[in-house]
Amino acid sequence: MSSQPATLNPAGPNKRAVQPMSGLLNGVIMRITLRATMGRKRALLFAAPAILLIGISALLKATAHSPVWPPEILGQVGYLVLALTALIIGGSVVGAEVEDGSIVHLLATPVSRRTVVLSKYVVAVTLTIAFAAIPEYLAGAIATGAKSGLAVGLFVGALVGAVVYNALFIMLTSVFSPSRALAFGLLYVLLWEGVLASLVGGVALLSAEHYGLAIANSIAHNSALHAHLTVGTGIGMAVAVTVLTLILAVNRLSAFAIKGDVA
Amino acid sequence: MSTIELRGVSRWYGNVVAVNDITMTIGSGVTGLLGPNGAGKTTLMHMIAGFLPPSRGELTVAGRSSWRNPEMFRQVALVPERDSVYSFLTGSEFVTATAKLHGLADPEGAARHAIGLLEMADAQDRKISTYSKGMRQRIKMAAALVHDPQIVLLDEPFNGMDPRQRLHMMDLLHDQGEQGRVIVFSSHILEEVERLSGIIQVIVGGRLAASGDFRAIRRLMTNRPHVFLVSSSDDRALAAALMARQSVGAVELTPHGVQVRASDYGTFTREIAGLSRDHRIRLRQVLPADESLESVFTYLLAS
Repeated sequence: MSSQPATLNPAGPNKRAVQPMSGLLNGVIMRITLRATMGRKRALLFAAPAILLIGISALLKATAHSPVWPPEILGQVGYLVLALTALIIGGSVVGAEVEDGSIVHLLATPVSRRTVVLSKYVVAVTLTIAFAAIPEYLAGAIATGAKSGLAVGLFVGALVGAVVYNALFIMLTSVFSPSRALAFGLLYVLLWEGVLASLVGGVALLSAEHYGLAIANSIAHNSALHAHLTVGTGIGMAVAVTVLTLILAVNRLSAFAIKGDVA
Repeated sequence: MSTIELRGVSRWYGNVVAVNDITMTIGSGVTGLLGPNGAGKTTLMHMIAGFLPPSRGELTVAGRSSWRNPEMFRQVALVPERDSVYSFLTGSEFVTATAKLHGLADPEGAARHAIGLLEMADAQDRKISTYSKGMRQRIKMAAALVHDPQIVLLDEPFNGMDPRQRLHMMDLLHDQGEQGRVIVFSSHILEEVERLSGIIQVIVGGRLAASGDFRAIRRLMTNRPHVFLVSSSDDRALAAALMARQSVGAVELTPHGVQVRASDYGTFTREIAGLSRDHRIRLRQVLPADESLESVFTYLLAS
């Protein structure tokens, strides 16, 4: 072994024994990310749109007279809630720590950048499922019944949406400054997906919302969902977009640079 | 082989050159990077730590490039200047988490030891958000030392510390250096660097201005000509009298007084009072005109 100088450490040689740092996910990073995202009562902030969605569903169930509202409202409003929740959560798991510099403490370790990104990504997806996909299911269950095709379909579609949106927003916050990433994220959700996807053919190919709707439609079989893509296309594009954006995010974080003081 | 090698390293952002053609080797012991704010010390530190690629030149840490090399952190630690830590964690949680990220076999034990070294045991169960700046610095250091790294990089580590904390940290770093580790720290305060470093590297305007032990640097600095601004009851007569002295290199009459360049600082300061008295000139003010760190460093650059 190389000659190691004697250390001040009375704990002995055991302290230097290291465990291999393999693995795609790191529990420490996941726990820190979870606490960072949920700290300061942010859970209340995340819960608000979800509660609103469930409330709207309950209200409409009680008062509406037409049967068309569930796929329209839960498809459009529900998936908008999903997208915005993912934007807030996915945008913060990497972005917030890059902005305040605390991510250096994770990056100044032998943990691979891929593990850092994936660990944060899994936390973001899980939280988005908890705060948007599950409420979507509950709203659907209230509207058309717990085992209805619509409720189940929208839930599964929302799971896919959570997976794709978070990959996208993590990538945006790894590449751009926080304010720019937020602007691009909002433009994407509100303009690209919200307006253009229903007007211009082909836009739906690059819309996470439509991957979710395609999958929801394959279970619910409801034309009022306005799913523009087939389920095969939806799944294929969802996988491709997720993988590509995560690769990009890992690449950016591998080249993470901090500017120093410049005279 | 734990050394840091730089050969012709430069870093620029558009038109601004932050680090300009620096070549140096840093070995075991404590090395201080001294320079005014904005000199490029932090840029240099971040390049060594693998958080910034050089625009030109070669930079290796323990034989390998530090850029895109997270494995390097098994042997290397960085204590960044920026005051950013996970403030919702307690001190103990933060250091233990770092130990786990380094894959240590006994993360809790290592964390306890590191926290003890930095005298943070009393505060370790409090959230970092409740810490003072000096305490944050110390907990960052504990996290940096927890995996017993061979190379430790510290960017302005004494910021925010009270004198007692600073002395303790200096003793700690000195011991680590004595044990053969490579300790590099940056500061703009000469006394800090002098006290702790074996070798001092002076960085000014992105360039390596001077290199040597603290005695050599001090000598360079005190041997430089000093400029004073003297205002008196009769500036012209004073100027004439001063020009006759060996300790004076040049005089200039300005609206604010006589600007004197003293080639021998010590002799000049001893003589000026007696000289003015002999000529019945009353001195109103004797001010050093170039005591700023920048002027000192600029002189070093020029020499």
